[in-house]
Order: sequence, then C-alpha cells, then structure tokens
Amino acid sequence: MSVIVPNSLSAALDALADNPDALVLAGGTDAMVEVNAGHRKPAHVIAINRVSELRSWTYDPVGATVHIGSGVTYAELMESPLAELLPALAEASRTVGSPQIRHAGTLGGNLGTCSPAGDGLPVLAALDGIVHLASAAGERSLSVHDFMVGVKRTARQPGELITGVTLPVLTGWQGYSKVGVRNAMVIALASTCLATDLDSRDVRLALGSVGPTILRCAEAEAFAATAVSFESRSVSAHDARQFGELAAAASRPIDDHRATAEYRRHAIGVLASRLLRRAFPHE
Amino acid sequence: MSSVTGERTRTGRLGDSISRPDGTPKVQGSYAFSSDLSAENCLWGATLRSPHPSARIVSIDVSGAYRIVGVEAVITAADVPGLPTYGLISSDQPVFATDVVRYVGEPIAAVAADHPETCRRALAAIVVVYEVLEPLIDPERAIDGSHPDIHPDGNVIRRQRIVCGDPDIVGEVVVEDTYEIGMQDQAFLGLEAALAMPDADGGGVSLHVATQWLHEDQKQIAACLGLPVSSVRLTLGGVGGAFGAREDISLQVHTCLLALRTGRPVRIHYSREESFLGHVHRHPVRIWMRHHATREGRLVKVEARMVFDGGAYASTSSAVLINGVTHAQGPYRCDNAVVDGYAVRTNNLPCGAMRGFGVVQACFAHEGQMDKLAAACELDPVEIRLMNAMVTGDKLITGQVIENVAPVARCIRETAALPLPDEPVGGHDHDPMRLPGGAGRTADTSHIVRGIGFAVAIKNLMYSETFDDYSTARCRLADGVVNLKFATSEVGQGFITIAGQIARSVLGFDNVVIDSIDTDVGSAGSTSASRQTWMSGGAVNAACIKVRDLLFEAVAVAHGVDPLSLAIDGGDIVDRNGVFRVSALDAALGLSFDETVEYHHKPTEDLDENGQGDCHTAFAFVAHRAVVDVDPELGLVKVIQIATAQDVGRALNPLSVIGQIEGGIAQGLGLAVMEEIIMSNGHVRNPSFTDYLLPTFLDMPSVTASLIEEPDPIAPLGAKGVGEPPTISSTPAIVAAIRDAIGKPLNRVPVRPTDIIGLSASPSI
Amino acid sequence: MSESVTLNEQYELHVNGETRAVRDSWLGESLLFVLRERLGLLGSKGACEQGECGSCSVLVDDELVCSCLVLAASAVDQSIVTIEGVAPIGSPSDVQQAFVDAGAVQCGFCTPGLIMATHALLERTAEPTEFEIREELSGNVCRCTGYGRIIEAVQRVAVSRRQSVQA
Repeated sequence: MSVIVPNSLSAALDALADNPDALVLAGGTDAMVEVNAGHRKPAHVIAINRVSELRSWTYDPVGATVHIGSGVTYAELMESPLAELLPALAEASRTVGSPQIRHAGTLGGNLGTCSPAGDGLPVLAALDGIVHLASAAGERSLSVHDFMVGVKRTARQPGELITGVTLPVLTGWQGYSKVGVRNAMVIALASTCLATDLDSRDVRLALGSVGPTILRCAEAEAFAATAVSFESRSVSAHDARQFGELAAAASRPIDDHRATAEYRRHAIGVLASRLLRRAFPHE
Repeated sequence: MSSVTGERTRTGRLGDSISRPDGTPKVQGSYAFSSDLSAENCLWGATLRSPHPSARIVSIDVSGAYRIVGVEAVITAADVPGLPTYGLISSDQPVFATDVVRYVGEPIAAVAADHPETCRRALAAIVVVYEVLEPLIDPERAIDGSHPDIHPDGNVIRRQRIVCGDPDIVGEVVVEDTYEIGMQDQAFLGLEAALAMPDADGGGVSLHVATQWLHEDQKQIAACLGLPVSSVRLTLGGVGGAFGAREDISLQVHTCLLALRTGRPVRIHYSREESFLGHVHRHPVRIWMRHHATREGRLVKVEARMVFDGGAYASTSSAVLINGVTHAQGPYRCDNAVVDGYAVRTNNLPCGAMRGFGVVQACFAHEGQMDKLAAACELDPVEIRLMNAMVTGDKLITGQVIENVAPVARCIRETAALPLPDEPVGGHDHDPMRLPGGAGRTADTSHIVRGIGFAVAIKNLMYSETFDDYSTARCRLADGVVNLKFATSEVGQGFITIAGQIARSVLGFDNVVIDSIDTDVGSAGSTSASRQTWMSGGAVNAACIKVRDLLFEAVAVAHGVDPLSLAIDGGDIVDRNGVFRVSALDAALGLSFDETVEYHHKPTEDLDENGQGDCHTAFAFVAHRAVVDVDPELGLVKVIQIATAQDVGRALNPLSVIGQIEGGIAQGLGLAVMEEIIMSNGHVRNPSFTDYLLPTFLDMPSVTASLIEEPDPIAPLGAKGVGEPPTISSTPAIVAAIRDAIGKPLNRVPVRPTDIIGLSASPSI
Repeated sequence: MSESVTLNEQYELHVNGETRAVRDSWLGESLLFVLRERLGLLGSKGACEQGECGSCSVLVDDELVCSCLVLAASAVDQSIVTIEGVAPIGSPSDVQQAFVDAGAVQCGFCTPGLIMATHALLERTAEPTEFEIREELSGNVCRCTGYGRIIEAVQRVAVSRRQSVQA
C-alpha cells in the first residue's frame, strides 16, 4: 500500500498518472468510512488535501461565474462572500453531516462519490454547473449532467482528477431543502434545489435521492416559468401545488430501508411546492 | 438520616450536588475505558459471525485463516472446554454455534492475530458451508406451533396469565387497540471491549471488561472455561454506557478462550456494526389492550395480550415478560384484569434488558388506552389520570399491595403545572432551522402544528420473582481515610459519587477513596433495574454504619460516654445528650476498621398460574408532558419541551438525578420518533449510526423537571432508583403530543413520517 | 485477499506541538487508530468509525474534524491537537472544569470529543446562543446526558470568559 501527499496539482497529476486507479482522498468523509469498514482496500492513495490550487475559489463578476476548487470544504461554502454568491450551495452545505464533516468534506468529494443523496449535487445540477477534470494528458470540462452518469458512477476516467466546478451567479432566489427523520446529521430521503434567474426568467428544479442520479424537471420548470410572476414575486397556491405534483411525477424513487418510494415521491412534491413559495412568496 | 447542620456542615454529603470523582480524568481523556486497556505482547481478537438468521452449519474450515501471517489462534465450539452454553436465566446460548445458527450475527469462531486488519483477513479466510433454512420471524407462529422448534427448549420461552377480580365484568365505556413497539438498541457509545490476560500456568485468567454485573459474568465465564470461579478474576474496565446491553455475556468468553489458547493477553474490540449484532436489544412487542371504564372515567377492567419477541436466545425475556404483564394497568387503581403474555423465540436478534425492561412497552400501550378513554368519556387526559391515580395501599392486578410512597397524583399535577414553553412555533425569529426538519429547512412556520401530550408510569425497582439480588460493600477506615470497596458497576450513572457521599455523611470523614471495582469483594448485583442506589447504596450505608458504630464504641470506652447517644455532626462525633465533641479524625487515630456487609431487600414471591403474588420489590412513579411541533405534510417532528415530575424519594445528589432524568428522556424520545433496528426476514437493515438514528443536540429539547421528594421509609436512604422512569412515560407523552397535533391515532413507536401522513410504511411490492 | 498486512511503515505526525514518529504501522490506519494505538494518546475515542458521533474529534490545522475519517499517513505536515493537548493533566481548561462542575459528564465516552468541539465553538463564537450551541455541537452524540448539562457547561464558560474580559 502507498500513500502519497502531493503539494501541487502537477505532482498530484503525475502521481495519478503512475497509478490511475489510486484512491483520490480529499476530506475522507466518504472514502474513509468504506476503508474503516473494510469495504475498500486501496493499494494506492493520493491525498489531495494539501494541493492549494484545489482549495481556492474565484469570482468573475464580468462573466458572473464562480469557480470552486474541488478541495473547497462545505464549511468554506457556508462563509461570506461565497454564501451570498451561491446561497443554495451554502444552504445545502449547512445540511451536510456535522461541523466535523463540513470542515473536511469537499464539493469535489461529493462529485467524485456521486451518490444520488449527495447534498451539493442538486445545487450543481440546478445551476447547470461545469465540472473540470485534469490528468497528466491535459484538461477537459463537461456539464455536471454529463458528469453524473449513475448511482456512484461518474464520467471521470482513471488517471483523472476533479479540479473544480464553475457555477453561474444567478439573479433571483435560490434555496435547498432536504428531508430526513432527524433534525441534524441525516442522509437525504429526498432533496430539492430550486434556483431562479431574473435575467433569463427561468425556474430550475433539481431533485436528489429520487433517482439513480440527480434529476432536473423539465416539465415542472416549464410550467413554473409561465405560472410565476417575477415582477410581483408571486405564484398562486394552485400553481404552487401543481408545480409540486409535476416535480413528484418527474421523480424516480426506489424503496429502501430508509424510506419507501411512495414517501419520497410525496416528499418531493411537498418540498418543490414549498421552495417555489419561498421564491415567490406572494399569491 | 441527615447530619445535624450548622457551621459544621461539610460538602460532599448526601443531598449535595457534588461533581463526580472521576470527572477530571474523563474530561482530560485520561480515564481508562475498557477499550483503552492493553498489555505487553497483546494480540487482537475478532469474531466470525453468521450471515444467516437460520441455517444448518454443514462444515467449518479454518485452515485458510492459519495460512495468514500474523494469525496466532483460531477457535470454534470444539475449543470450549467447559459448558458450551451460557445465559442469564437459562444456559441456552452457545459460546460458538455448533450445528445451527439461529440469528444473524451469531458467533461461529474467533481468531487472535497481530493487527485488527490481520484479524479481518483471517475471518474472511474461514470457510463455513451453510444449509440455509427458512427463518422463524413471526412471533405468532412461535405461539401457534406452525413453525418447528428452532431450539431444543422450544419456541415459547414463557407464558404468563394474570386474572384478578371479575374477569367477565364489562364497563360502560370500552376502548381497544393494538400497539406496536419496535426494537430499540441501547447504543451505548463505549463499544464492547475486553482485555484477557492468562495466568502463566494457564490455570486461570484475569479479565478487564466493561460490564453491568461482574460476578454474574464471572460465574458464566468460569463455567464455559471449565475453571473454578476463583480462577477467573474480573476487574471493571471503564464503562462507556450500558443501558442493559451489558447484562448478557458478549465477548467475555471469547476473549478469555483466545488468551488461554495463545498464552498471551488478548483484546477484542467490537465495531459499531458488530455491536449492533453482538448484544441484546429491547424486545419488540405487540400489545392488544381493551380498557373498560365507568361513564365517569373510572377504570373497571384491563384486558391485554402481549407478545414479546425474544429473538433466538432466552436471555432475560422471561423477566421482561413478567414486568410487561404485571405493569399492564399502569399507575392506576383497577380491580379487574385479564392479561395474557408470551415471550417467544424467533430467528430475530436476541432481546433482553434495556432500560425500562418491558415496562416501556406496557406503558406505551396503557397510556394510549388512557387517552382513548379520556376521549370516550369526554375528559381531559390529565383529569382521567388523576381520577384513577394510585395511592399507597392500592393493589396491582397481581394482588400486590403498593407499600411504597406512591405520589402519582402529585407527579401528574406538578408536571401539568410546569410552565409551557414561551417560544412560539419556529422561535421568535421564525427560523426554519428550528422547525421539524431542522437543518434540512423543509418547512416554514405556517406548515407546522403544535401538540401537547401527557403520560404517567409506574416502574418496579430491583429484581423480582424471589430473585435475591443482594449487594455487598466493604468499608475500611484507617489513617483518616475511608476506603470503600464494592463490585457495583459504574456505567456513568454516578454510583461512585453517591457512595462517597454516603460514607461522608455516615462517618464524618471527608477523605473517601473508592477502591478498584473487581471480584475481590462480594457481588453487588447488576447495574440495572434502577437498583443500585437502593441496594449498593444500602450496602455501603450498612457497612459504613457498622464501622461508625464500632468507632462509637471505641470513643465511648475512651471517653466514658454512652455509645448510643453519639452521633456524627459534620466532621465531629458528638454526644446528643451532653457537651462531648471530638473530631472524627482524632477519634479514629490509631484505630482501623474493616467491615463487609451484604444488603438484601425483603424477599419477593413467585406468581401463581393466575399471575397472583407479591413478585416485585418496590415501585417508583413519574409523569411526563411533551410539547411537540409537527409538519403533518412531511410527517416530521421536533420535540419542543419535556416537562416531568418524578417520584425520587430523596435526591441524594440532585445534579446526578437531573442527569438521569434528562438522559433517560432522550432515550424515550429516541424510541418515540427515530430509533428502531429494522429487521427484514431476520436480517438487520440498519446496523450503523447512519441509519440507526440517535437524538442529537438539535433533536433533544430542554427538560423542565420537578423532583418529588417524599422519602420512602422502606428504602435504606429514603431514595428510590431514578434511572428507568424517565425512559418510560416520556415516549407515550411524545406520541400523545403528536396525536394531539395531527388529530389522528398513532399506535406504533417509533412513529415514522409515513405514520403521520397516513402512507404505508412498507414498499408496495 | 489473504495476503498479510505490512506493518513496517514509518512517518511523522505533529501532535500537540510535538513531532512524533509513527513506526511499524499499516498505511490503511486512520488517524484515530494511530493516535490511540501507535502514539499512546488514548483520549480520542472511537464509537462509530463513520464520522457519525464525534467521539474521535480532534483539531487538524485548527479545524474540528473526525479523526476516524482522516487517513493517518495523509496527515503528515499538519498540526494535530487532541484532547491531551488542551490542557496539562491536573490543570483542566475552563471548558473541562465547567463540564465537571455542571454535571455534563456521565460515562464520559463522548466527553473528549465534546471538549474539543466546545473549544472550537467558543473560539469562533464567544457568546453563542443556545441554538448556536446545539447546532455547532450537533456532530457530537451523547447517549447518557440528554445534552442539558452540557449546554449549561458551555454557557457557564461563555459567561465566565466574558466576565473575566470585563474585569
């Protein structure tokens, strides 16, 4: 077994080129759970939590985008000014695990694990994030929708490292909700991110924990765009309900020991309509 | 009882809220839990467990394990030199499975190796061939005989009926329902850990282990090892919580066997997943109840049928059943009853002691019934309980007269009088984080309804049905220091704190040392059944009194006073009838005393075939009120406040009592809304803290508590046990509050979101 | 796989202000395991190995994390503070003393992790509200106390620190 702790991105990429199947370890909040349980026995580990390029973020006010390094932690995503630029991501980060987990867990890890219950992922999907990958051979970028392939399956190839995510700074309300039985430290039974943009007059809705990967709801989004009034920030109670029903219909949940598909679908409907009401508080 | 107060009052006496003597090492991380213990040349041990709930073992091949470098020993049933089985009531549980496995997690083999990872690989290399059998998972099938016996002792562990008064009487008002209580886990944080060190000649072993009853462990271990009890010496390793899960043997015999086999110290540490499988749980129970009352709301008759799923092995199921059926009426006067109870064997996880011991389940049912009666009689839930509240002198449906102080009405009234929370739903700032759903921010204030619920409980203290669960304590006084030795398991509840308070109060010395807790002194009985304050407190008290009386005799001789007129006042010995006063320290100069006392409670009786008999030792009472916010659309709950008034007799250390109350309520809250081991076809679906949810800081509300101190003249110090009552009526109070909020019946705990919404809890396939 | 575990790795960790050599270890060991089994620092506790209980909480580069989720060999060149580094034995910190005095300790298994989390909380927020205390400590599970006396202990420290600043 080997453990390498590179100090730079190029060193990390070289190490990964030598061992393309190495476990890339950031905060360890997913990977170490599996290692401790004996479910994962990595022969090679590349710990990237010291690569400073991955731990920073930049805001481009002209392009109205934020680039977030894959090593940025949930705790950092909750701080100003990132929290003001990406409020839904800050809300989602606040729901992750515990303070201990939030200090270690990263957005890159969330992407790399690609669990349908990953809390950051509905936000990335609602914002149509761009995922950046690098390897010793070069770089590439792809839409987060193309990156998330299935349950814990991504488009990342052996030898590639997730370096970051680019997200737009939208104008308009955005938020995140997730359902769990306990009031803290829960894995989402169902989660939703709603993001609105005044400039483009659109309403985006992404669903978590109700499909093999994060779902967007084309029908619900199209319905909302016509049903809401951006000027008066209003939507009728009837339309908010219908929005929820469309969201529920778009979900593809399964039964498992945490919840039934029926409950998850129902919860999505409730969350979606409540988030729409938060975005458009008037009737 | 208390010493004469005045300027000579010293702290650390009975009634003081002094801090625990092991507090500083615990906050600094230097306190040795059993998992912190090691020894030179120590090996790690690990256990191979059955993946099947029911299977025949066709063959076991351990050769693969031996091929791994670092593996020192592999043991199976064939390597158990003594009794192949153990058990608290009947020895029906194998040390290692032989021909069949009866539950997922049943131990089959164990290994000793140089590293936990080597152990893991060694276990993976052991090849066991199984013939998988259809598991018995429905307790009703254990009763109706439609499934073959899964154990030579049969599928029914025990049946007990109770018939009293007029079994055919019918009330003007009748309410009935069936209640379900899920399997709760004790989930102590300090995972199972033991260190065994073999004697050089292999003829004995020393075991350091976190456990609830050193001597009972010692007895069972010695029998399995084929050694005399005196060759198996147990020392209590620091205990990280117990709550009943440490009453049964788990890793003790395995650790000792590996140590004796290898000739080296061996330690076994369970992982959390293994812990879920490796200890007994609270019995899941189905309870049908039918309550009869007069139109005015007076209880006329209680009928019940209770089925306790004991899982694969008997453990303490027999006693849990008796607790359940004998508490069916609750803390209420009732002259007529027909109760039928079963404890059965299935291929589910073995169940046994958990804080509350059968009464948690009975209380959930009888309190649900009392609310139904209240509604049917158009009475307030508090009113109907006050109307029926027991008093000293009333009888249980077993015919036993309650001789203890029984301030049931006072518990109810004082609970009801505690102030309700002044914060509105969502707090003054309407923060979604404060609503049900918490960090998930699932709701806004308009989505939430608030409800209030009440519940009351009676709980027996100490052991029952002729069990003489005595306790022993040794008090030595020399050189101005009192040394207390007892085998009472300190599991966090603070017995070591009050032991010192007792000694200081009785003897007047400040300097009290607690000796090592081990088997070098007589048995203290189990730390369970809310019994240690009474029994071990009683033993320490009696031993100290013996020493004090001998000291008084010496003083009397030395100073020409009447020993019967002497008393302790602060740190002095005084003559109540005169002016004589000498400091206890001076009086004891040059003297030494050493007294060991066994403290027994009065004997109890068996129950006859109609469940009649004085089978319990003593009783305590408590009431709870819960305020709960509910999101009816999502089925999420947040408990806002719990108020309680508990009959404690006498608060020997009020701070410790509050600790037991708050901690017990948290466990009651857990059972009410989030804790359940989910079994499906004999398999555990959630053996981890990710999916077995314990209440966090954001789930547990503040508790407002009133301590009702009416000293019980029967209790040696006037104090009743306080550990279990908080877990008992807190659960039904919370569920009653949820019912109040949503206006719907709920007859199951834990309450799930689907129960609140009205969706099915099971998948549609 | 049945191959043997190699126990020959060596590296250095900076713990409680000292550089400590880790020898004869297996690279797959968590920081919790190494602290306890290799460095003799038994104060951090393991109760779940999943980051769900906080009993193993330590500071790594001044951030509160679960040491069970840190791969020890990846924590080289980082500053690690454990419960043993909070205060010298016999001279507990104000937080530690408050826990003892307020009855916030029963079995004590969660206590070291809670002490770490409380110190971290009070560093960030000198006078937290009750809700802030609950949220910041929500990653530390206690099974014995029901949390009431712990909150009391944290509040006492906040008050006493404010008073000593004012005085």
